[in-house]
Amino acid sequence: MRPKIFIPADTTACALGADAVADEVVVQARGRGLDIEIIRTGSRGAYWLEPLLEVESDQGRIAFGPVKLTDVATLFEDGFPASGESSLCVGKVADISWLARQDRLTFERAGVTDPISLDDYRQSGGYDGLARALDMTAEEIVAAVTESGLRGRGGAAFPTGIKWRTVLDTAAEQKYVVCNADEGDSGTYADRLLMEADPFQLIEGMTICALAVGATEGYVYLRSEYPKVLQILNQVIATGREANLLGQDILGSGRSFDVQVRVGAGAYICGEETSMLESLEGKRGLVRFKPPLPAIEGLFGKPTVVNNVLTLAAVTTVLAKGSDYYRDYGTGRSRGTITLQLAGNIRRGGLVEVPFGLSLRELVEDFGGGSASGKPIRAIQVGGPLGAYLPVSQWDTPLDYEAFAGIEAMLGHGGVVVFDDSVDMLEQARFAMEFCALESCGKCTPCRIGSVRGVELLDKIRKNDQLTANHALLQELCTTMDAGSLCAMGGLTPMPVRSAIKHYPQDFEPVVQEQTECQS
Amino acid sequence: MSNPTENDATVVSSVVQGFADMPGGLLPLLHEIQARFGYIPSDSIATIAVVMGLSRAEVHGVISFYHDFHTEPRGANTIHLCRAEACQAMGSRKLEQHVKARLGIDYGDTTADGRFSLEPVYCLGNCACSPSIRIGDTVHARVDADRFDELLEES
Repeated sequence: MRPKIFIPADTTACALGADAVADEVVVQARGRGLDIEIIRTGSRGAYWLEPLLEVESDQGRIAFGPVKLTDVATLFEDGFPASGESSLCVGKVADISWLARQDRLTFERAGVTDPISLDDYRQSGGYDGLARALDMTAEEIVAAVTESGLRGRGGAAFPTGIKWRTVLDTAAEQKYVVCNADEGDSGTYADRLLMEADPFQLIEGMTICALAVGATEGYVYLRSEYPKVLQILNQVIATGREANLLGQDILGSGRSFDVQVRVGAGAYICGEETSMLESLEGKRGLVRFKPPLPAIEGLFGKPTVVNNVLTLAAVTTVLAKGSDYYRDYGTGRSRGTITLQLAGNIRRGGLVEVPFGLSLRELVEDFGGGSASGKPIRAIQVGGPLGAYLPVSQWDTPLDYEAFAGIEAMLGHGGVVVFDDSVDMLEQARFAMEFCALESCGKCTPCRIGSVRGVELLDKIRKNDQLTANHALLQELCTTMDAGSLCAMGGLTPMPVRSAIKHYPQDFEPVVQEQTECQS
Repeated sequence: MSNPTENDATVVSSVVQGFADMPGGLLPLLHEIQARFGYIPSDSIATIAVVMGLSRAEVHGVISFYHDFHTEPRGANTIHLCRAEACQAMGSRKLEQHVKARLGIDYGDTTADGRFSLEPVYCLGNCACSPSIRIGDTVHARVDADRFDELLEES
């Protein structure tokens, strides 16, 4: 039998050279007269090992990584793919403890299967959830999702079942399912990875949602920074239509649902659900007042479920394996698994899916292996650009929604950005304000103007200009933004700023030497 | 790229017609126009407005809201440099200085030879292997000054 070699085609793997490695594997095999089969997978998200090549064997898959282009010839000289003699061999995939210690529910197939193969998806349990859902009433589906305890994975953590219930109970001729795939938070890539590695799962989740709430049309609002995802989604949507998993009379059920992808245009604010709806309607992405909730008046004024990629994907597990199965993972009111994304200055960066409850320290030290630079870690920003900077004293906080709220922080979409001791926290606080000024939709004053004033105040503090007065003013400004902004953009920008000031006050005190850091 | 010719106006017309009946079709339309011309020619705005049933101000308002849309010609390659936190943690502020100096331009500008435009981006979803840049549709990981110079030669 021809040896099967699995090579990721995911954005990060390719950014590290996976395409060139795949081409070279073909060249080297041909030169040696070896007949091989190459399967391009997504990625398991163990990015510190990418490009990670896997070879099928009777003991399971054997992994080699990280494989650079210049390593390929040597790899073959050392007996690849038949032998694991190469120093790049990391043994059986199943024995890589970084992966083995995770509980992969949503990312079970990631890096394992061919993402665009419907057969691979179905043979690994895909569309079992939809099959169940087609035998259930809308009420029963909503009840199953509610009982699973699933909360929105985009960041707001709103109970998914309650949102679906509202849309189900709102009578309308037309309802929509909108998938928020505008993953703009720095340090996050889980949505991208899911859509590149297991895109059918998202489509299945959206279809289940449509059955639950009575929607017939769906949109994926995808950020333009993910061109690879666009291609993949369009491909699997076409495959889904051909297989009658989308479109009219799905699998002979008499139910109809179709999905189309719309691409954003580089505005971070469009990840806010009402701004996204405006953008989908072809307008400037100005945030809407709430109420009305999108569940009641959403896209084109119709009842609309807006859920994050991971939320919709998780629904397939809930339906296929049951609410109890999902709910049995997790802690407190945070049920199921959380997908954390180790990013920034981290030695073993990548995607970690675990039940809620792991501590930040375990995540960053056990999984992450400390900083990439080898220097001490000084700050960890959790939850994207609007999340708090956490000092060492807070790293034992369990990763769950309520515990993080308790320390004036948030999990958000699960981004975990690590900084070593070279970080200048005043600069990070200033960036938070600068980013808000750049990306504010401009509709409300606290966000639009407050952020600009925030940058100015931090520049004055940097110059040691009336420190006491300007610190007091900055705190007051944070309060105004927090209390008076229309959405989370202006409302949460104070979170990283306040945490930086609170936990790293020395960085905001006068410095003897002139700072030469770039402030553009 | 020069100013749109009469021929270009015909292209704009035919492209716009394809989106006239699409609900919320303005963004997909603008993406398509930009894909054809490399930017959104100012002359096309009136045509877009008429066919989509909008005022020119509304069309302009949408174009100017989104960072991706440009009404001036761009360089042959756009370099997006990530300025967000994960990349900052891996030295992107230093890389940013190098890139600007090497290209001799600031964000939003195009090199004199028309080869490169430089834009900031806030996350490319490649945050486990920062710093990241995107050239065209290709993302590159762990980019330092030397790697950037290599990539520039290859582009």
